Amino acid sequence: MTNATQKSLLHTSRLKPWEPVLWLLAFASPLLLSSHALIINEIAIVALFAISLDLILGYTGIVSLGHAAFFGMGAYAAALFAKHVMPDPLVGLAFGIAVSTLLGAICSLTIMRGSDLTRLMVTLGMGLILLELANRLDWLTGGADGLQGVVMGPLLGRFEFDMSGRTAAYYSLCVGLVFFVLARRLVHSPFGATLMAIRDNRLRAMAIGIPVHSRLALVYTVSAGVAGAAGALLAQTTGFASLDVFDFHRSADVMLVLVVGGVGWLYGGIVGAVVFKLMQDTLSSITPQYWTFWIGLFLVVLVLVGRERLLRPWTWFRKRGGA
Amino acid sequence: MLTILFDGIAYGMLLFVLAVGLAVTMGLMNFINLAHGAFAMVGGYITVLLMQRLGVPFLLCLPLAFLGAALLGGVLERTLYRPMYAKPHLDQVLFSIGLTFMAVASMDYFMGSTQQIIQLPDWLRGRTEFGSGAWVLGMGHYRLFIIAVCAALTVALQYVLARTRFGSRLRASVDDQRVAAGLGINVNVVFLSTFAVGSGLAGLGGALGAEVLGLDPTFPLKFMIYFLIVVAVGGTSSITGPLLAALLLGIADVAGKYYMPKLGAFIVYSLMIVILIWRPQGLFVRKGGK
Amino acid sequence: MTQTVLQASGLVMRFGGITATNNVTLNLQKGARHALIGPNGAGKTTLINLLTGVLQPTEGRITLLGEDITQLAPHQRVQRGMVRTFQINQLFDSLTPLQTLALTVSQHQGLGLRWWQALGRNAAVSERCAQLLEQFHLTEVMDQPTRVLAYGKRRLLEIAIALACEPRVLLLDEPVAGVPAGEREELLQTVAALPADVSVLLIEHDMDLVFSFATRMTVLVNGTVLTEGDPDQIANDPEVKAVYLGHGDEARHD
Repeated sequence: MTNATQKSLLHTSRLKPWEPVLWLLAFASPLLLSSHALIINEIAIVALFAISLDLILGYTGIVSLGHAAFFGMGAYAAALFAKHVMPDPLVGLAFGIAVSTLLGAICSLTIMRGSDLTRLMVTLGMGLILLELANRLDWLTGGADGLQGVVMGPLLGRFEFDMSGRTAAYYSLCVGLVFFVLARRLVHSPFGATLMAIRDNRLRAMAIGIPVHSRLALVYTVSAGVAGAAGALLAQTTGFASLDVFDFHRSADVMLVLVVGGVGWLYGGIVGAVVFKLMQDTLSSITPQYWTFWIGLFLVVLVLVGRERLLRPWTWFRKRGGA
Repeated sequence: MLTILFDGIAYGMLLFVLAVGLAVTMGLMNFINLAHGAFAMVGGYITVLLMQRLGVPFLLCLPLAFLGAALLGGVLERTLYRPMYAKPHLDQVLFSIGLTFMAVASMDYFMGSTQQIIQLPDWLRGRTEFGSGAWVLGMGHYRLFIIAVCAALTVALQYVLARTRFGSRLRASVDDQRVAAGLGINVNVVFLSTFAVGSGLAGLGGALGAEVLGLDPTFPLKFMIYFLIVVAVGGTSSITGPLLAALLLGIADVAGKYYMPKLGAFIVYSLMIVILIWRPQGLFVRKGGK
Repeated sequence: MTQTVLQASGLVMRFGGITATNNVTLNLQKGARHALIGPNGAGKTTLINLLTGVLQPTEGRITLLGEDITQLAPHQRVQRGMVRTFQINQLFDSLTPLQTLALTVSQHQGLGLRWWQALGRNAAVSERCAQLLEQFHLTEVMDQPTRVLAYGKRRLLEIAIALACEPRVLLLDEPVAGVPAGEREELLQTVAALPADVSVLLIEHDMDLVFSFATRMTVLVNGTVLTEGDPDQIANDPEVKAVYLGHGDEARHD
């Protein structure tokens, strides 16, 4: 009998056969589609950002409209580090993650109490404050012009960031994979299960001894760090950091990415990133100015029809309780 | 300083009229409608179009803006919003963001992205001053007009809520939808009319505020947070709560921008965050209210 | 000499003008089968909320196993051994009974922060889950998401979760409420078979269950303790009959 329960529990965390295939394809793509290395890089970054949001939104049920705050923090931290301290990418990445994690820890104090609405407000407010801050501290951040001239040193001392974007794509893919593996472990662990319990029924979670507030703070902080990593990658691979990393659009877009791919599923972030980026690219080339209209329409239709009922073959692979 | 207070009050009252519809619908339908600002924008643009293309006088544009936005609100409520009431908050957020994006992009397409200028009638321009020295009270006539209109609306709203049958039906539905329906109150009609009126008020606010706040396609996004602050801080169980919250916000914003221009918007955002952490249910909620 | 495991002294709960709980004193002995009865609106659930920390009392003290817990948060009281079930099922709809129990057992065994190890990796946890599933007749449905389960099974899971926390004191809030007749027996058996060293406080309206289960009863009326005693005393108490049992409703069945 114990065998049966253990088997069943472990079944959800088992590696599915299509997973290594997906990752192999992902890593082969900069070679196979070498002219698209830049967009592959962007997709990897957006996917990582979406995964960070999934941790709090999909698995813990925290609706945040200001997650770009941590993304932007990571971006500016990494950019400033490269400019003023040293241009090594990995050290800069670590710095970016550290700073955004710290910001996340501070902000986590604000999201613990209150209803969905107050949390929405507070996260929105945080994002706006950081946008304002970045704007005002223009002696540091370059203000509306952005932080330019961020030159990165070679990765691991050997791989130069070149114009083709190949190094950038592999850099982002590797970092993405590392965080994905860590996130995957987390969501399948007892800790991850307690997060889902909090999401499904906070009252009951408290009633079985889960310290809800500290878990919320913890996952929010971790999520901020991962978002910061994505932001740092952006700044490092594009050599540039501008105010739009803090923009409301970015927070809304990443939520859309996650919802399109599927919340509570980790791979939703990846799938959504691919779909979203491709959609964005196509729509922008058709209607460069008004593509937000179509995004908006898509959102409305998506929600009216039902996130689950839209025809999405990858949901067939979803098991109960998360991938 | 008194002038700042005066301007803050005018701004606050304007915010109240803009946001009161949101507060009531949020309390009534438990629906997070981030697209509320779009109705305000519609009212503003209706006014601009009527004045510029058809030469309609400003005063007449105001009720027309109200009607236009109310009509749009009613139609959207019946068709798009109604299926959304039962859905989780995340879906509602995404839905209203989607609507907002559509509204913003559409306005940009049809009207261009430049700020719209409203030519106020002569009798609304100008300024009267009382007092002297540090206690000068400078009252712009337009702001005086705004205060007057908004105050009248507030009184009317309060009257409707407290003294009419519709008002009591509305209050019953806010308190407990199921029980209200069980009492024979047609909750659907209450929702529809409330949403329409709320959107209409937003439209009126947009028309009134176009001169003061500026009108361009990004209006819904720019002011979304202000409306949400009014609702979150003021609570959704009365209209005096949002009124006080709006006044507080208006005065804080104007005073902040005047006395500490460098910090400007921080004051507002930080104040909001502090208030929401301290009292997550809002500052002015009555005990046991939502 | 049995010891008092849970003690509430002089509990008062005021909401604005309403006094929901008026100077309530309650002593729960070790191994007790103690029932809390009273008409609707008597304040039984409020009392449970006070005991578990969902509400903070206006006055009074609560002691659990000798420790003053009045200031402790709900999850801290659970960690010290006081667990409750809910009158309206509070379950984790997207998780399966197995996952639910596994996370509860893991949390209780201090593994709640273990983020690097899969949920099923710990054999002790899996074994305890198997035991609980068996005990509560949930084995056949252990892999179905909670939201598709029949009401009776959900109710069983509700209690199983509480047991997974290894409670010393168990507060059952109307466990058979709403359970269809066909599934009641299962539930009643399970309630009767609770471990002897767990002290149970039961809130119930079903007098059959109360009189077959309880060895001690407290009657609560309008937030005040009317009387306390063993089932015979309570059944024959004229005051209790007047207020509660004797209103044309069934008295106890012999």
